[in-house]
Amino acid sequence: MAILEVEHISKSFNRTEVLKDINFSLEKGQAVSIIGSSGSGKTTLLRCLNFLERPDKGTIRVGGKTLFDSGDPSTQLESAIRKKRLHFGLVFQSFNLFPQYTALGNVMLAKELLASEQPDYKARKKEIHEEIHGQARELLTQMGLGNRMESYPHQLSGGQQQRVAIARALALSPDILCFDEPTSALDPELTGEVLRVIKELADKKTTMIIVTHEMSFARDVADHTIFMDEGIIVEQGDPRQVFECPGEERTRQFLSRFTNG
Amino acid sequence: MEQMMEQMPVVVHALNIGFLQTLKLFFVTLIGAFPLGLVIAFGSMSQFKPLSYFSKLLVWIIRGTPLMIQLLIIYYFPGLVLHNPIWGSGESGRFLAASVSFILNYACYFSEIYRGGIQGVPVGQEEAGLVLGMTKSQIFFKITLLQMIKRIVPPMSNEIITLVKDTSLSRIIALQEIIWAGQAFMKGSYGISGAIWPLFFTAVYYLIFNGVLTVALGRLEEKLNYFR
Repeated sequence: MAILEVEHISKSFNRTEVLKDINFSLEKGQAVSIIGSSGSGKTTLLRCLNFLERPDKGTIRVGGKTLFDSGDPSTQLESAIRKKRLHFGLVFQSFNLFPQYTALGNVMLAKELLASEQPDYKARKKEIHEEIHGQARELLTQMGLGNRMESYPHQLSGGQQQRVAIARALALSPDILCFDEPTSALDPELTGEVLRVIKELADKKTTMIIVTHEMSFARDVADHTIFMDEGIIVEQGDPRQVFECPGEERTRQFLSRFTNG
Repeated sequence: MEQMMEQMPVVVHALNIGFLQTLKLFFVTLIGAFPLGLVIAFGSMSQFKPLSYFSKLLVWIIRGTPLMIQLLIIYYFPGLVLHNPIWGSGESGRFLAASVSFILNYACYFSEIYRGGIQGVPVGQEEAGLVLGMTKSQIFFKITLLQMIKRIVPPMSNEIITLVKDTSLSRIIALQEIIWAGQAFMKGSYGISGAIWPLFFTAVYYLIFNGVLTVALGRLEEKLNYFR
């Protein structure tokens, strides 16, 4: 069964339709890459999944459970959104690390706040803290940042900051990890290190949605590729098929700019 | 010179009393204007239009007119025009009126600094907190607040140092602060008259106190320099 089912999602900003009837699904352990030019609605789609935007129409289901249904107000309660967000993780283009916390602090903060709301927190405070601390260290080590845990964001390169942001998102063990152009704000020589850790996550069967302009990465890392243009999914399918013999003229036009350029 | 040395103990005593009043007005203003400024800042950023217009109108009027005029109006208006002298008589009444004027005036300036500080924190910070499942209040207290404080410390320091000197405006309603105390020696006070040097000497008080403030605020700024 699909872990994520997105059906008929539409979203407008001031009468501009940014998303028009978006449908796709995702299996557990799969990586989906979403490609398309700027303004095609890719980022808005990720923001809808993370409840940073509210779709005008459509449904979002995770693991068979309906998280959002535009026809059912009981799925849109402000109070429940917070818990629903935890199904998804989001890595931003501009990292958005918290500047006043160290790399380790960034990774631990949200989990500690969540833990502090548990009824047994007071009694097991130290134990819980140790656990979160240990997990955060492990994640940062996995990101190749074992020696930068106590660094503040401004002391890190863009690539290192983005890897901290990935660890921070992973710390909450989301069902689906979303990347919003994770390398677009990076110098070309720093994109490699970020793409490498995302590739490692894909190899470990992390369920991911990756919006990217790195075409060869989008082709090689993903199990499924979606091409979007002007708010619609023009084409989706196996990456090799989408990239090598696209069925739609618009996909061909878009891809030719990369292969010829 | 000799005469000045003779007068010194008396003058210092009088100036100390005046400076105490200056300090009192200074701290009362800060204590009142810090929170009131935040209220006005949130008011002017409110989605509720009447509140936002009212806050902006208030800030416009207060920043658009001299503090000295505000002091006069606030002190004299209730008694002379409304025939209801709400401030009471004597030094305590003057202090009350001066406090209200200064708090209102500085709260308006502070509100603009707060607004800049709040709006200066990138929206991505809040979004990052939201997608990590934090509540609005967790985001404010654990993420945005400190970044906001860091942003407002330098402009706030400026206002605070200006406030130290602005307190002297309150002599327009005869509040017996340090300039008033210094000036008194020209007209006659403690048996000394026609002496202008005590008035000049008040500058030393301001200078030392502002020196202390500058160092303290500089330290605070440095403390917050561990992140950017």
